[in-house]
Amino acid sequence: MNAVITTSRITKTYQIGEIQVHALRGIDLSVQSGEFLAIMGASGSGKSTLMNLIGCLDVPTSGRYYLDNIDVSSLTKNEYADIRNKKIGFVFQGFNLLSRTTALENVELPLFYDRSRRIKNPKQAAREALERVGLSDRMDHVPNQLSGGQQQRVAIARALVNQPSILLADEPTGNLDSRTSVEVMSVFQELNEQGITILIVTHEDDISRYAKRIIKMRDGHILDDSPIKKATSARQILEIMKEED
Amino acid sequence: MLQLSNLLKASFTSIMKNRMRSLLTSLGIIIGVSAVIVMVGIGSGSQKRIAKEISSLGNNMIIVFPAFSMRGGVSRGAGSFNRMTMEDVEAIREEATQVQYVSAVVMSAGQVVGNGNNWSTSVQGVDPEYQHIRVWEISSGEFFSDRDVRTLKKVAVLGKTVADKIFGSMDPIGQKIRIRNTPFKIIGVLKEKGQDARGQDQDDIVYAPSTTVLYRLKGDRYVNSINASAVTLESIGKAQEEIMTILRREHKIEPGQNDDFNVANQTAITEMASETSRIMTMLLGAVAAVSLVVGGIGIMNIMLVSVTERTREIGIRMSVGARGQDILTQFLLEAVVLSVTGGIIGILLSFGIALILNNWTTVNTSIGSGIVALSFTFSAAIGIFFGFYPARRAAALNPIDALRYE
Ligand SMILES: Nc1ncnc2c1ncn2[C@@H]1O[C@H](COP(=O)(O)OP(=O)(O)O)[C@@H](O)[C@H]1O
Ligand SMILES: [Mg+2]
Repeated sequence: MNAVITTSRITKTYQIGEIQVHALRGIDLSVQSGEFLAIMGASGSGKSTLMNLIGCLDVPTSGRYYLDNIDVSSLTKNEYADIRNKKIGFVFQGFNLLSRTTALENVELPLFYDRSRRIKNPKQAAREALERVGLSDRMDHVPNQLSGGQQQRVAIARALVNQPSILLADEPTGNLDSRTSVEVMSVFQELNEQGITILIVTHEDDISRYAKRIIKMRDGHILDDSPIKKATSARQILEIMKEED
Repeated sequence: MLQLSNLLKASFTSIMKNRMRSLLTSLGIIIGVSAVIVMVGIGSGSQKRIAKEISSLGNNMIIVFPAFSMRGGVSRGAGSFNRMTMEDVEAIREEATQVQYVSAVVMSAGQVVGNGNNWSTSVQGVDPEYQHIRVWEISSGEFFSDRDVRTLKKVAVLGKTVADKIFGSMDPIGQKIRIRNTPFKIIGVLKEKGQDARGQDQDDIVYAPSTTVLYRLKGDRYVNSINASAVTLESIGKAQEEIMTILRREHKIEPGQNDDFNVANQTAITEMASETSRIMTMLLGAVAAVSLVVGGIGIMNIMLVSVTERTREIGIRMSVGARGQDILTQFLLEAVVLSVTGGIIGILLSFGIALILNNWTTVNTSIGSGIVALSFTFSAAIGIFFGFYPARRAAALNPIDALRYE
C-alpha cells in the first residue's frame, strides 16, 4: 500500500496551569495517496489539533507520524519548514493572510520560501492559482477589502500555489454561503481528481458527502471511519443550482 | 538560507507596508540620537569657549579693584573712594618680587574721530606691560613704550574693530585720531581676539599710555584698577600677599582695619568658570541621558505594541515554509535598516541644529565624533534589539503557537 500519511498512537496534551487537556488520546490513522478525507466531530473533539499535527505546524506529545514513510519526528526544524513549503498546502480556519498585502502577494508567499525554485515564474503561478479559485479580478486587493469567502479563496490559492501533494483544509467552508461552499468543494474534487490527497475538517454533513471517506472524532478518539461508496459530484450540484436560478 | 537580496527586499516591502510603525520607530532613534549629540555638543562647546576665554584673559593674572570701604564711619560704594594711584603701581613694580608684570588701568570712554568717521568706544590707559598680562599681540606697528608713558605721549594702539570702523581697509599706522578733542597718533593695531564670556567684543577698544589718559584726558589722579601677573601659576598666592602688604602700607591701613581694595586672582576666576561649566556639562549630560532613555522607551513601545501582529506574521510565514533563519534575517535586516536610517537622519538633524545654534545664537556647539558614535551605537542597538528580540522568540515557536499568539 502507498500510505502518504500514517499516524501511530498520536497524542496531544495541552498543559494549562495545573490542568491537562487531552486533545488527542492516541490516533491511528492511515491515508492513501489520492484519498479525499472528511474529518467530522463536535467542537472540541480534536479535529483542528489533528490537522495541525498532520500539517507539521505542531508536534505531538507522543506517538509517531510518518509522512511518505518518513518518520517526521526525526526531522530537523528546517526540514519541517521545507515539508510545509513543498508537500503540504494548508488552509486555515481563520485564513491567516498577511494584512496590508495584496491577494497576489499573499499567494506568492510560499514560492518566496521555496529554495528549490521549482516554479520558474512565481507571479504567473500565483495568478493561475487565483484564477483557479475564481479570483482573477481581485488580485490587487488587500484582505480587508475582500469578503470572508474571497479571503477563504485566497487562502486556498496560497495552499495550491506550490503544487503540494497533500492539501489540508480546516473548515474551509465555515465562512461561506452554500453556493460558494459547493464551488470550493468542486475545486477540491477537481484537485483530487488530479491526484492530490485532500483532508478537510467540517461539521456539515452537506459538505462531507463530497469526500470519499469520512472520519468521525469525539474527545480525541476516532469514533468511526467509513468510506463512501459514491461521493457526490460538486460540479453536478452546481449545475443543478444554476438551472434552479 | 534564502538569498540575502531577496530577504532585504522583503524587509523593505515590510517597512513600506507599515509606514506608520516604521516612522515611529525611526523617530525614537532620530530624537534619541539628535538630542544627545546636540546637548553634549552644547556642553563641550561652552566648555571649550570658557577654556579659550580663560587663556585669553592672560597669564597668572591678579586684579586689584578699589573696594567698598568704611572710613571714619562713613560707608562709600565700590569705586567711589578710588584711592589707587600711579604711585601704588610703581611701588608694586619696585618691590613685589613675585610679580612679573604690573600695569595701571585707567578707564575712559568717548567718541573717536578720524578719517572722517567717528566711533564710540572704550579708551583705556595702560602700561606697556599690560600687553603681556592680557596676552595681546600686535598685528601691525608696535605697542607704546615706558618712555611714552613717562612723557605722557599722545599715542594710541587700536583694537581691530576700531581700526576697521575708522579706517576701513586703509593702514591706520601714522594716522591721527581725536579722542575727546585730543589728537592721538596711531602707532599700532592689535590682533583680533573676538568676544569675551559676556559676548562683548574685546577688539572694540583703544589703548593709550596710562599717564596720558589719566592726566590729559581725565584730569584725574586715581586709577580704576591694577592688573598684574605673577611669575608663575604657583606664585599667584604669594604675589597677591606681596601686593596686599604694599598697598596696606601705601594706604596706611592699620592692622584690624578693612582694606580699601579687593584682590582677585585668575586661579579663583578659573576655578569658578570651570566649576560653572562642569555643572553645566553635567546638567546637559543628564538631559541627554534622559532624551536617550525616552527615545529608547519610544522605540521599545512601538516594537512591543507590534509584537502580537509581528508574531502572527511570523506564524504565517513559517506555516508556508519559512525557516527560522529566513525570519531572523528578514527581521534583523528590517531593524538594521530602520535604526541606521533613523540614526543617520538623527546625526544630520543634530548637525543642522548645531549649525543654526552657532550661526544664529550665542550658544556654541562643538560636536565630537565620540558622542556621535556613542549615541548612534546606543540607539541603533536599542532599535535592533527590540526589532530582533520578538522575531527571535517567535521564530523559536511552533508555527501554530506563533499564529495563536495574543
Ligand atoms: N493551544 C491550546 N491550548 C490549550 N488547549 C487547547 C489548545 N488548542 C486546543 N485546545 C483544546 O483541545 C481540545 C481540542 O481542540 P480542537 O482540536 O481545536 O477541537 P476542534 O477543532 O475539533 O473543535 C479542546 O478542548 C480545546 O480546548
Ligand atoms: Mg477546529
